Amino acid sequence: MKTYQSKYLAKEIKEHALKMVHESGSSHIGSCLSITDILAVLYNDILNIKSDNPNMPERDRFILSKGHACAALYATLALKKFFNVNKLSTFASFNSTLMSHASHKVPGVEFSTGSLGHGLPFGVGKALFAKMNNKKWNVFVLLSDGELNEGSNWESFMFASHHKLDNLNVIIDYNKLQSLTTTKKTLNLEPLKDKFESFGFFVTETDGHCHLSLKNCLAKKVKKNNQPRIIIAHTTKGKGIDFMENKVEWHYKSPNQNQLTEALNQVGNEL
Amino acid sequence: MRDLFIKHLTKEAHVDDDIMLIVGDLGYSVIEDYQLKNPKQFLNAGVAEQNMTGLAAGLASEGYKVFTYSIGNFNTFRCAEQIRNDIDYHKFNVTIVSVGGGLSYGSLGYSHHLIQDYALMRSLPNMTIYSPCCSNEVKLCLNEILATKSPSYLRLGKGNLSHSDNNLKKIDPNKFCLIQRSTIVNSKKCILITGNVLNDALKMKDLKKYNEYHILSVPIWGMKFKTSHSNEINKWDEIITLEDHLEDGGFGSYILECNLKNKSRTLINVKSLDPSVCGLVGDQETLKDHISFIN
Repeated sequence: MKTYQSKYLAKEIKEHALKMVHESGSSHIGSCLSITDILAVLYNDILNIKSDNPNMPERDRFILSKGHACAALYATLALKKFFNVNKLSTFASFNSTLMSHASHKVPGVEFSTGSLGHGLPFGVGKALFAKMNNKKWNVFVLLSDGELNEGSNWESFMFASHHKLDNLNVIIDYNKLQSLTTTKKTLNLEPLKDKFESFGFFVTETDGHCHLSLKNCLAKKVKKNNQPRIIIAHTTKGKGIDFMENKVEWHYKSPNQNQLTEALNQVGNEL
Repeated sequence: MRDLFIKHLTKEAHVDDDIMLIVGDLGYSVIEDYQLKNPKQFLNAGVAEQNMTGLAAGLASEGYKVFTYSIGNFNTFRCAEQIRNDIDYHKFNVTIVSVGGGLSYGSLGYSHHLIQDYALMRSLPNMTIYSPCCSNEVKLCLNEILATKSPSYLRLGKGNLSHSDNNLKKIDPNKFCLIQRSTIVNSKKCILITGNVLNDALKMKDLKKYNEYHILSVPIWGMKFKTSHSNEINKWDEIITLEDHLEDGGFGSYILECNLKNKSRTLINVKSLDPSVCGLVGDQETLKDHISFIN
């Protein structure tokens, strides 16, 4: 039942994100589709949150560091009733709070991002606060793979490990495609798991589109030996839309009417 | 100034559990007493200013009053975007404390000359700059920082402060602070200073041509005070601004911009560091003499 629910949520997130990006003529739909399943599992099964009390003190903190994929986050939050779904139609339009990079002015969004390499240090600060004050909540930070080029992340990895922030959960959206070409051709990240383990993290790898596997990996009860943990989620940029998958151009392009129709048709056939 | 600041912060932290001091692996022989007395409110983030600033924002988002401490450019320019996006935009209660204001570390070379920082901090809409000129202003600035709970930049220099305190009990950020009156009581001319240049202003005033000038300071300033400071400027016929910062984007430029808001313009002269000081090495007095800082 749970699996069905998160998959249904993922389908609806995709539909909304596609429409939002189409109507606003904005970018990053490929990045949104890459993380949709992760968001669906987090918000459906993992995070302790309440839509009628977004600032609940004991909530888990989720930070989308790859703020350009915010259309998927906004759709998730609206579908989880943090705000009215109708508001999604204002995405990226004049005077809307739903700007096209993650905004803390949107209910449920912890932190504004857009420039890469900012979410993890901020999440580390929150995780440190929780440890210092014996709070039971967890911090989840979702990073892109290209974002790992930023040195600030590696400063944070050192810090989080040194301070044994086992309430910190870092998810890497490893779709292996960044702004101009593959991660391998840009700045090769491999051996990525070894790097994180050498930094002192508890590392697991998962199919970033398999809900059952994501649920097992993201579960808060997973024993971590006082280590912060990293979940390397192997994903596909543009997942679920055959003409978008693994195409750099969909980091930028907005689907036209025909492409939107075809994309929605493909999403509709997923379940 | 830094010793005095840490001394005051040590006392404040003792009675306020929400104060958190984070250092960027700096503060040897300065922060030890704080660390001893407030061990749970101290953190060495290592030589990693981007992470230090981002995590400061994270801590502040949960209610802490965070101070990030380092030398000059390291916790300002190195992590400028973290200050802009993570702290200033979110209006978090973080104070960036930079020691070595101006040419305090003159002999350490250009990397340690803090002479462009006002330009950076002035450009941030929610940031308040605190640049005390004397020991009394250091204490009063800290009081204001703790009271206002907004993004702050505290710039501390190195100077002989013992003989130069003003008698203020509280700083009104909307007003200029009187430091020393002219013997000509009705004079409408003043030397207007910010930061670590009080000794320079006092030396100026000893020169015959500046006898009739009062000395005033502006220890608290920034974008949001421009209207009130333009009103203050309006009270004067002539102002000479003095700062240990380059002219571009500095305090004098700020006063000139404030003055543009007034219909009747006050005569403003800007005294700042000449760009030829960039790359020179020597103690701050030698460097200031070399570029004829006051004349």
